[in-house]
Formats: sequence, structure tokens, C-alpha cells
Amino acid sequence: MKLQEYQVKRIFGQYGVPVPSGDVATTPAEARALAERIGGTVVIKSQVLVGGRGKAGGIKLAKSPAEAEEVAGRILGMDIKGLTVKKVLVDPAADIRQEIYLGMVLDRARRRVVVMASSEGGVDIEEVAAKTPEKIFSLAIDPFLGLREYQARDLAISIGLPKEQFAPFARICQGLYAAYMGCDASLAEINPLAVLGDGSLKALDGKMVLDDSALFRHADLAAMRDEDDETAEEREARLNGLSYVKLDGQIGCMVNGAGLAMATMDIIQFYGGAPANFLDVGGGAQADKVAAALRIILSDPNVKAVLFNIFGGITRCDEVARGILVALKEVERQVPMVVRLVGTNYEEGRAILAEAKMVTAETLAEAAQKAVAAAAATTAAAETPQHGARKGGVS
Amino acid sequence: MSILVNKDTRLLVQGITGREGAFHTEQMIAYGTPVVAGVTPGKGGTWGVGNVPIFETVHEAVTATGANTSIIYVPAKFAPDAILEAADAGVPLIICITEGIPALDMMKVRAYLDTTRSRLIGPNCPGLITPGEAKVGIMPGHIHTRGRVGVVSRSGTLTYEVVYALTLRGIGQSTAVGIGGDPINGTSFVDVLKLFENDPETRQVVMIGEIGGTDEEKAAEFIATKMTKPVTAFIAGQTAPPGKRMGHAGAIISGGKGTAADKIAALQAAKVRVARHPGEIAEMVAERM
Repeated sequence: MKLQEYQVKRIFGQYGVPVPSGDVATTPAEARALAERIGGTVVIKSQVLVGGRGKAGGIKLAKSPAEAEEVAGRILGMDIKGLTVKKVLVDPAADIRQEIYLGMVLDRARRRVVVMASSEGGVDIEEVAAKTPEKIFSLAIDPFLGLREYQARDLAISIGLPKEQFAPFARICQGLYAAYMGCDASLAEINPLAVLGDGSLKALDGKMVLDDSALFRHADLAAMRDEDDETAEEREARLNGLSYVKLDGQIGCMVNGAGLAMATMDIIQFYGGAPANFLDVGGGAQADKVAAALRIILSDPNVKAVLFNIFGGITRCDEVARGILVALKEVERQVPMVVRLVGTNYEEGRAILAEAKMVTAETLAEAAQKAVAAAAATTAAAETPQHGARKGGVS
Repeated sequence: MSILVNKDTRLLVQGITGREGAFHTEQMIAYGTPVVAGVTPGKGGTWGVGNVPIFETVHEAVTATGANTSIIYVPAKFAPDAILEAADAGVPLIICITEGIPALDMMKVRAYLDTTRSRLIGPNCPGLITPGEAKVGIMPGHIHTRGRVGVVSRSGTLTYEVVYALTLRGIGQSTAVGIGGDPINGTSFVDVLKLFENDPETRQVVMIGEIGGTDEEKAAEFIATKMTKPVTAFIAGQTAPPGKRMGHAGAIISGGKGTAADKIAALQAAKVRVARHPGEIAEMVAERM
């Protein structure tokens, strides 16, 4: 789960990382009031969960409260990479001398949280990593010892900070690490960490991604989930305990197990089709879950055929079959459906589905080929001009 | 021979009275796995499914029954503790089925386990099976047959798919191990490949990887430099978009790293035959029999 910049800055503040004294506004009037409170020039920043806000015109300076109101009015409602801006952060403009990068991420290969710092802040760190990797310094943190002060000092020296900044930089590193661990983050980033005109350090932008698996112990953080973090379908899937990722293809997939679901997508492509989604109904899927999954798949207008691939283990094929029947009664859309049931109670499952008009398959390869053919046939039928319908439309 | 579990396995079930734990304990016993003890705090002194004695702690259970393997079915909230308790009681092999353990918990658990003699398989895995001897997990037992192909995988049902295809062709398995779909786990591909390489019964190996991380790349390096037995591989997620978690917590392409294409290229460079889709795996293995 991704957090918005203003939420991240609040968290940073709680962990002793110095942040600007701004706040969030949802209307131009609120932005004006904040600008009045802050005084002087302010920066108005759109709060959307995508990168490249500045380039898209979503970050602007305002020299007066009146200008802040006007600028906020322009940014609120703006579309940035498909997301509508609903909130702006109003921060005091900063006198920036240098921009540093400081980030932490869980390194899977090393099985440690790794802290990274670079003197080249303020730009995309992946660009720095690609062009000038020698300018990024990193070190692994022992899970039992935490980030020690000497390690932070090492980083400060590596990125060329003067000695009077060693101690404040170390405090920021340790604060960020405490926030990372305290919130069960998978990524925490300050970019830029600015050296201001007076030599002090301040986190001018912040990013955090939280581990979804740990949200059960962070009700406060879980409540911060932004609706832009997921599509309506992804949200419904999550609430139903399903893993769903929308893709651009025409063949909807319902599979039990993540690996098998990915392999099903792959084999659809292998036979010349394109998967419309990833969907794992999970182990031991009950009928209602299956029904919810089918509703989600069919809510995508691109879907021209659906492939069910169920390898029964803990999941029982008869239970899945019942779910499919329930869903078919609720859903109005008619698209061809190909079903492959193997494993636990597959015979009962197939018997249940015998009454429904579904194509069946024995192997995954056969199922994929049939689904690809069915999707192609549906698409072709939709594209063929039907004279009767045309005439009706004209008159 | 086989690896990790066999007829000498003496299995302890942590979370034996839960819905999943009870159901799968019955299944494991029905398969012939020697289940010697269960642990559920607060229910010590009672008897679980299959008349298995239940203890308060893992230490008690091990002392009383000589359990040498533990399987964990407790919810994610309690699973890290369950793993640590088993390790502290000196259980040499711990299998954690539980999905959804916070990554930072696993980071600490794994760092602690590295200081002990215990090996962890999983979490978020189907377990492992040596056909005809011991089923320590949630996989359907009947799709497996005894044989000489070692199987190692990050996935559950995709492994069943591949194993079943092998069985239908009359190709049996020595042991099938699910190492799990989490970003930090207890046992890697390389760990299992090493065991298969040293197992006289195993003649060839099937490795089923997926997007995310670099475990497959490390496996490729190991296969190229240390392995004599042939390996057939498949990597799931060739059509997965970057930045999206594909069900498993560990199945994500982040920062352009962990793509199926990279993994396939690394494996092919190590002279591993990589199947284009799961259906091809059994065919490729059959050609090498």
C-alpha cells in the first residue's frame, strides 16, 4: 500500500525527521488559509500516487495567499497520468542549497533492510543508479542492532556532507529507519533531503510503501489507504480476499494459486491470445468467492472469453462449479467460457456444470487454445457488420 | 533415498486443532505420514485428530515423542513465534505453510534461524512430499508417484500441475519441495538443488520459478558450476506487468528487476532447458529418461 506525500510527512514528523510546516488542502480556500498561516512564498503540490508530478504541472509556487488560492484551484481537479487531483499539500517554499537522496528498502537477496544515500538527490534515483551508480552508497542494516550512528556517519562522509551535518544527518537516518520498522514499510524514501540556505536539513518530499501483510497490526495506517491506490475492481477483489490485477487483453482468467494463474496467462499468450487479468481465487475457494471473482472479471468490457483453470487440492472443484453457476445467474453478460477442472471432486464439478453451456477441456494447453479461439470468434462476430442492426440504427 | 522427508520422519503439527491444521493432519495421516504430536497452547494433555497427543509447547512435544520435523498451520500473526519456538526446541526441519507473514518478521526470523541448526521450508508454501513415504504439506497426495525426478518450486498449484503431468506419463518423483512465494523464505532453490545433486535416487530435476527476486539467477549459476544432473525449468509470469504483485508477496517485478525474461536468459546461459509453457515440462523430462 502506497501513502500520499502529506501522510508520509506526518509520519516522518512523528519519528523526528524534520519536515516543512505545511498541511493538506482539499479546496482553493483552504489552500489560501494555509498560505496565510505559513506566510511568504509557498509550494502547492498535487497529492497523487504517481511519479512525475512536477513535469505534469502538478507542483507550482505561489507568492501570496491569493495566488495560492488561484494555483490550488488550477491543480485541484487536474488529471495526472489518469488520476484526478483531490488534495494539494501547501508547504513553505524552501531555500535549497543542495538536494540529497536517502532511501531504505528491503533487499531480498541480502535479507536485510538496506539504506541508500546519494549526493544526487531531487531526481529519480533509478536514473542515478543507471547513469552514475558510483554516486549511490548503500549499506545493510543488522535486524537486531538497527541502524547505528557510525553507519550513518559513514554514509554522510561518502556523500560528501560537511562534518557539522554528520549529527543531524545521522538523526534523520535513524528517524527514517525507526519509521520504516515502526510502520512495517517495504520502502521509505526522502527525495530530496534538502540542505537549506542556513545549513539545516529538511525532508522536502517523502515516499512510503507499506507491507500489506503487516497492516493487521497497523489499523491507523490501513485507514490511510487512498482510493487511487487501487481500481474499483482491485478494491472489490481485496475485500473478497482475491488477488486481482487488470491487464489489457481479452481473455479473463480465474485460477486457483498465484503460480498457476501466471502460467495460465503465459500459455494464453503462447497460443496467440492476451490475458485480460491475473486472478487467484486462493486455496479452498467457496462458491461466493468464485461468484465475486467472475463478476469482477466480467466488469471489464474488453473481456471476450473467460478461462477457468482449477487444480483441486484444498480447493474442491464441485464448490468452484457451484460458484460459477451462482455467478452466471447474476451476471447478464454472455461471453464464451472454457472450464478446466482437475483434482479434488472434479467429476462432481463437471457434472454440476453440464447444464451450463460451457466448453470443457482436459489439459491446460487445450483450455488455452479453446479460450483463444473463442475470444477471436467473439471479436470477429462483434466486428462483422450486421445489416439488420445497422438499418435499425439509421431509421 | 529422497531428500528432507521420508519414512523416518516423525512429524509434529503446530496448530493441530485449527481448521486447516486438523484437516491436513487427517490427510497427512491418511497418506501414511507418521504424525507423532501436535501443539496448541492451552490444549495440552488432550488428543487431536487421529488420536495424536497434543502438547502445550514444542519442547514438551519433542521430548515426549522424538519429533524431528514440524509443520506449521497457525495464522500469520502467530507464525513467526511458532517458527522460532520450533527452532528453539531444536527441531531440525520446520515447514511453514502460513501465508501473509509480514516481511520484516521473516527477516528477523531468518536471521535468527541462521544462528541455529534448523532448516525452514516456506513460509507461504505447500510443503513437501516424498511419494509413498511422507507427505508433509497440503498437496493432493494421489497425484504423486514414487520415482527419480526431483521437483522444486516457488508455487503450489503450478507444482501440482507439473507433478500430475509427470505422473500421467509414468514419470515418478523422488521428492517435490515447495519453497514458497514470499520475498524472504527459509530455503532457496540453490539449497534444494544441492540436496538433489547429492541424492543418489534423484536423476534429474524440475525447477519451477517465477518473477521477482534473483533466486532463479543464483540457481542458474549453481547449476552451471556445481551441478551434474540435468535440470528442466519453467518461469511463470512472462506476461506479468512490472510493479504489480502477482498474488505471491514475492512475485513482483520492481525497478525493472526480476523479470521472467532475465531469469530465462540466465537459465539458458547455464544450459538449462526452459519450457515455454507448463505442458512442455513433462515432455522435456520424458526425453531425458
